[in-house]
Amino acid sequence: MNGRPLLDWTWIVEHLDDMAFRTAQHLWLAGIAVAAGFVISFALALAIRRIPNLYGPITGIAGVLYTIPGLGLFAALVPITGLTTLTAVIPLTLYTLLIFVRNMVAGFEAVPRDVLEAADGMGFTPGRRLRAIELPLAIPLIVTALRLASVSTIGLVMIVSLIGDNFGGLGLFIKEGIQTFFPTKIYVGAVLSLVLAFLADAVFVGIERALTPWARARAQSVRGAA
Amino acid sequence: MSQSSERARGATVALEHVTKQYDTRARGTPGAVNDLSLEVPSGKICVLVGPSGCGKTTSLKMVNRLIEATSGRILLDGVDTATRDVTELRRGIGYVIQQVGLFPHQTIGENVAVVPQLLGWPASRRGERAEELLELVGLDPARYRDRYPSQLSGGERQRVGVARALAADPPVMLMDEPFGAVDPIVRDRLQNEFLRLQEELAKTILFVTHDIDEAIKMGDLVAVMKVGGYLAQFGPPSEILAAPADDFVARFVGADRGLKRLSLSRVGSLALRSTPTAQPGDDAAAARRTITNDLPYLLLIDADRRPVGWIDREDVPTSGVLTEDMSTPMSPLFNRRATLKDALSLLLDSDVQTGIVVDRRGAMLGIVTADMIAEEMRSGEHVVATDPFPAEEAPLGGPGFAPGLADEAAVEAVVEAGP
Amino acid sequence: MDAFAAGFAWLADPAHWTGPDGIPTRLLEHVSISASSVLIACLIAIPIGLWIGHTGRWAFVAINLANVGRAVPSYAVMAIILPISLSFSPEYGLALIPTFSAMVLLAIPPILVNAYAALREVDRDLIESARGMGMRELQVLRRVELPIGLPILVGGIRTAAVQVVATATLGAVFGYGGLGRYLIDGIARRQFDRLTAGVMLVAGLALMTELGIALLQRRLTSAGLRAGQTTGRPYRGMAETPAAPVQPV
Repeated sequence: MNGRPLLDWTWIVEHLDDMAFRTAQHLWLAGIAVAAGFVISFALALAIRRIPNLYGPITGIAGVLYTIPGLGLFAALVPITGLTTLTAVIPLTLYTLLIFVRNMVAGFEAVPRDVLEAADGMGFTPGRRLRAIELPLAIPLIVTALRLASVSTIGLVMIVSLIGDNFGGLGLFIKEGIQTFFPTKIYVGAVLSLVLAFLADAVFVGIERALTPWARARAQSVRGAA
Repeated sequence: MSQSSERARGATVALEHVTKQYDTRARGTPGAVNDLSLEVPSGKICVLVGPSGCGKTTSLKMVNRLIEATSGRILLDGVDTATRDVTELRRGIGYVIQQVGLFPHQTIGENVAVVPQLLGWPASRRGERAEELLELVGLDPARYRDRYPSQLSGGERQRVGVARALAADPPVMLMDEPFGAVDPIVRDRLQNEFLRLQEELAKTILFVTHDIDEAIKMGDLVAVMKVGGYLAQFGPPSEILAAPADDFVARFVGADRGLKRLSLSRVGSLALRSTPTAQPGDDAAAARRTITNDLPYLLLIDADRRPVGWIDREDVPTSGVLTEDMSTPMSPLFNRRATLKDALSLLLDSDVQTGIVVDRRGAMLGIVTADMIAEEMRSGEHVVATDPFPAEEAPLGGPGFAPGLADEAAVEAVVEAGP
Repeated sequence: MDAFAAGFAWLADPAHWTGPDGIPTRLLEHVSISASSVLIACLIAIPIGLWIGHTGRWAFVAINLANVGRAVPSYAVMAIILPISLSFSPEYGLALIPTFSAMVLLAIPPILVNAYAALREVDRDLIESARGMGMRELQVLRRVELPIGLPILVGGIRTAAVQVVATATLGAVFGYGGLGRYLIDGIARRQFDRLTAGVMLVAGLALMTELGIALLQRRLTSAGLRAGQTTGRPYRGMAETPAAPVQPV
């Protein structure tokens, strides 16, 4: 930037433990938000499954929340909850709601009608039907939701650093790098967050594949069919 | 078939004044059912047939309470279904629907064993039972058990659907257009196999279809319903065809109901005619004198009474002996199990009026003419009460037959076992 | 709730409507960078998406790349580009180029995926009969596939636009103007009325973009198709994009 090289490897090597710490912090924040968002959204999705009319209002509210810039929401909470983890986690969780609810509801809707009718006719209780039939079949979309929400949250956690200095994971590297005109720090923050995001993406793709052996079977037979 | 447990006898199913109204303002909405009453004896197939909106599927679904009746009772073996726990009721009724509804996330084996699992059978017993059933419906368990539904063809999935419905050996089965989603060739095969299965299992079955031909083929009893949920007629297929209760039934059954009735009767139920026969080597002049004016032909048969060919009266020499090459094979051959419909069809194909009925060894029993069949068709009150022949077999077809011995043809009405 | 009141008060103040830091200026900056990046993204993503949708080739690669692209945090992208662009162009390299590039990259995946999906949704039989009638490939595209697939395509543009509008606020971190300025300044100077006003402005703009394009989408859906659509229902219908967008900042 100002004559300094883009990547100062010595600095990187010296600060590996810093990087590890901030990465862990980053994951920790993202993890809590995604987990909380998942649980809340799942409850909402089940409610919508029972009362379909709830879908409009719930996604409406979640959608509006979504349009509020994260920066704004984080900052707005500061006077209320101070500079604590809660300030960061609440908005992060709220932002995952739209992604989760939409995809979870779609997951339930994706279960074919004839399968449900057959299940009812055979004598499944509603609870058993949900557990044994609908949930397994909704998994692809639920895992997709997890994937999108995780990736999106990882991106958002970066913004938290703009609010204050005591947390913010990898975003802090970028912020400090800009403030001190130190490109290495910028890259460390940026690249690590990208890696984290891709890893999360890949992990969930893998999970989805592992949980749906029947989709693999169909792909195999399609490829092998004459 | 089931060596492990005693087979459940088919239950009796009775609908008493069953009504379903969707709109309390009773506009006569389609899909509603109006005062439906019928009884299905144990081990019989009752087909509910009618146009869309006649309430046949709704009626079916009221039996396993997927739809609750507005009024009336449904009794299984005399017990009102409304008094039973609905889940327990459904686990005791086999249910097959058109799109099958196999669980995509479970293997075929697991799919078949669903109800046993709901009932708490141990895993080993479930596995055995699944294999047993797959074999029963014609699917090799080793090949199919661990596959997923998406890997099977439509016909295969239908078979699995039937196997699944039979898994817990229910006394009653409900089938909603189960063979509707496959092509006609596969459907025909599935229907035949299912009928064969039913001979062994003797379940009480309620079967819904919109296809009158399927209804006639599959049903021991047929309930014709009309739009609005009214029962137009209830009775064995022959009765529906011979004596439609009203215009609607007559139209629904089709203008060709006479022909349709022919498919219910078999050659063996006719009184076969006899005809003069002779053997090669017989005296020509003597044989010639036996020919009557009814049919100016002589039938040449061999030592085993197998038909060789016809000789026109004009072509019978006035002296000498009869030989094979004087005769021409012209008639198609039928066995007694052939339906009249198929017999007539073959006669028309061969462009002759007369067919020869033979037994299992090919020996001649008598002749059947197109006139006889047409007479059968015309005799509207002549209802064939029961069909004494078990399974439908294809008739021997085509002209050409072996030489035989001359004798008076004797007609036997004895049931013959299949080959 | 006095945060709201403070925000409204701030907006009501006429002084905030004039000058280089005034609402009109900032609004214009914001809209211009959002619109231009979405436009460029369309120019890139639509042809590609239509091509792979029509021919079906390379779909696997393209869609997966697009999905991967979704995983990229915009902030990180801007941060990566910044030092590079700065060395090339001190004037624009600090804020404009990183922001613009990151927005374009953000907008491409939804547009690409939806352009592809738009064509895939079209019943294969329709296309076959069109070909059978003697239409050339381009005509098939123009007269059959596009009219049917247009709503989905526009849905993708809608998603992209909303994301971009909301995320363009990040540009302010690096010095670009736009409505994000109010957020950053509000945080830095502890002026919560400015902050709240900024939030309301961005949210309002995002919502307007969403609704505006949604209306456009409805008008572009031919009446015959509209009859089969249900509003507010996801995924079964054609109006929604296949997956949810990355959160704007």
